[in-house]
Amino acid sequence: MIEAELGRCVAAWYPGATGVTGAAKLSGGASQETWTFDIVHPSGTVGAILRRAPPGYGASPGRAAGLDAEATLMQLAYDAGLPSPRVMHVLKPEDELGTGFIMQRIEGETIARKILRDEQFAQARPMLARQLGGVVAGIHALPAAKLPKLREMTATKEIADLDREYRSFGRPRPVFELALRWLRERDPGPSKEVTLVHGDFRHGNLIIGPDGVRAVLDWELAHFGDPMEDLGWICVNSWRFGEIDKPVGGFGSREDLFAGYEAAGGRKADPDRVMFWEVMGTLRWGIMCCGMMQRFRQGPDHSMERAMIGRRSSETEIDLLRLLAPRGK
Amino acid sequence: MQDEPTPTELIKAVADFLRNEITPAIKGHNAFKLRVAINGLDLVTRQLALEGDSDSAEAARLKQLLGMDGALLDLNRALSDKIAKGEVDLQTPGLADHLWQTTMDKLAVDQPNYASYKRELGNK
Repeated sequence: MIEAELGRCVAAWYPGATGVTGAAKLSGGASQETWTFDIVHPSGTVGAILRRAPPGYGASPGRAAGLDAEATLMQLAYDAGLPSPRVMHVLKPEDELGTGFIMQRIEGETIARKILRDEQFAQARPMLARQLGGVVAGIHALPAAKLPKLREMTATKEIADLDREYRSFGRPRPVFELALRWLRERDPGPSKEVTLVHGDFRHGNLIIGPDGVRAVLDWELAHFGDPMEDLGWICVNSWRFGEIDKPVGGFGSREDLFAGYEAAGGRKADPDRVMFWEVMGTLRWGIMCCGMMQRFRQGPDHSMERAMIGRRSSETEIDLLRLLAPRGK
Repeated sequence: MQDEPTPTELIKAVADFLRNEITPAIKGHNAFKLRVAINGLDLVTRQLALEGDSDSAEAARLKQLLGMDGALLDLNRALSDKIAKGEVDLQTPGLADHLWQTTMDKLAVDQPNYASYKRELGNK
């Protein structure tokens, strides 16, 4: 099956490769898949990852940067010395594998609960926030001239998108209304500084080892915008997995994140603006949970998991209230 | 009148069966899905137990806040409109308390182990 096509593809650009083995699908919806496999070589196997839209699924939906842009960004990050897999090959039509790319597989952990609880990460945890601040600074400083074409977002556009999506569900949620109103009243307008924004910098898209961060993945939501957005998104409570007093991913402090960011990039973090994006991000995740419920009800993916994610939108409501209307203070 | 056992008793019995008898025998991705399934049944049990009281308390608060009567969905729609238009806000007496109570009642059903909820239970 896919191993035959991958074997032919790899043989064309990897000198000495004799085939591939152990291909397994890691994740995938209808339009995008991730596969792991090993390249067989006389000097030992090499771990690789295929990220692709299967044949027949060319165009990327709505907000997605597109797989070609993802490959370019990942390679630029790698070239800049950021923790990133090396892109080994961008798929061509004659590969008959669809569109996408093949990258080096980096060993490590992406599952938040393990990163936050397992003993092997105990030494990494206290340094992660600072380290990730440095990585975000590096992303924001990638050379503008080499960046691919990406959508440009502002806070105003993001609020309008969230508003439209929330209203399309047709079910009133007073806490979301409060958050939308709060965001509109504090909308800072277009950012004075516009940079590349990763757009989904959080647990699940970061490979962590006992030594710290090893790779940033999933550039699907990359865009141009306010650099403070990435710092706010990683502070959203939904990514703290119970460690609610450690705002950065459940392992660190905002101060450490900002210090790492400033030390590596020179730009000063703006805590108010980061908090604005944290509120936006919390609402965004809540609306995404509602979207899961919509797709469960209407879409072809009538899965129990999607249905249950719909019941997690209330988690973002309590987090929004803790941010906007804290009690007993 | 329907016979016994009640829906709550039945769902609880099914969830306990899956939890105690089936879970040890299932591995891999299906073990994860089974856990989601059991969580779903537990959620339904909590909703059956709590929804009646929390819905009527929510409706009473909304009638007070809005000075109108109606079905719970319509009352929530009316409140949402007023918040969107800025006619009520966090300075409006009773609004923050209402949103907090309503949200706490939702979490008690949806996710009583959520850390923010447990913190706020002790914070009241």
